[in-house]
Amino acid sequence: MSESQHRDKAGATLGMWLFLFTELILFGGLFLLYAVYLARYPHEFAAGGRELNVVLGAANTVVLLTSSLLAAMAVTAVQRGEQHTSVKLLLETIGCALIFLAVKYVEWSAKFGHDIYPGSQRLLNGPQGESVFFSLYFVTTGLHGLHVLIGGTLLGFVAVWVQQGKIDRSNYSWLENGALYWHLVDLIWIFIFPLYYLIL
Amino acid sequence: MNETSNHHIISYAKLTAVWLTLLALTGLTIWVSRLDLGVNRVWGALAIASLKSGLVIAFFMHMKYESKLLRWLLFVALLTLAIFIGFTFFDVLYR
Repeated sequence: MSESQHRDKAGATLGMWLFLFTELILFGGLFLLYAVYLARYPHEFAAGGRELNVVLGAANTVVLLTSSLLAAMAVTAVQRGEQHTSVKLLLETIGCALIFLAVKYVEWSAKFGHDIYPGSQRLLNGPQGESVFFSLYFVTTGLHGLHVLIGGTLLGFVAVWVQQGKIDRSNYSWLENGALYWHLVDLIWIFIFPLYYLIL
Repeated sequence: MNETSNHHIISYAKLTAVWLTLLALTGLTIWVSRLDLGVNRVWGALAIASLKSGLVIAFFMHMKYESKLLRWLLFVALLTLAIFIGFTFFDVLYR
């Protein structure tokens, strides 16, 4: 087996991290826009931030931190050869992802209900800063939500492969990189939560 | 295969301790944001968020146990991010 299949674990990890750096720069651009427009429209941003639900934001923070713990534990489980524990932990991680998206759905629905969405009458007729704030809010949390969806799907495949034994203690790069992607999703939210929900 | 033997395994207990610290810091950041600190609230929130991401990167993402090369690359990536956010922001602020 070791003769027929060449594996480079360090290379796989390095490649994943290089990809994660590009993701950091991508979201960094959005945070840069946030900083610049916050400086330009401090009052409108403060008013917009007060419209966001701190309780739901905090709940989603706890959900994502917990999911990150479960994903990290799933890696430890496979390294120790505990395949079934790993599958269970991965399914719980995906459960957290679904809870996160459900809360996000409730939040966005409430915003739509208050006539707050890109191009809505309220934002078109309101102050420009408010429109900018909510545009950034929807783009940033939307892109982040997309990452949650992708990460959850990826971990779903990984869970199946762990169950089938295609991923085990001698070959778990897919699991490790899937978990790395998931931690990045958590990492981005660690910044979104205070910037959008708390400090305004 | 001896690949696994040279790779660090982080115990459940350690991961749980990191998670508890992260939850405590989340509580702290909410508490700080309620205080009347003016612009310092922004810096306080960012400082706590940076500390939290440091914990996630070091332990959940295993960076503490990765090679020197990877840690340098992370440093360069974060420095690049800091430069392009910082310089643009100063330009906008003091234009």
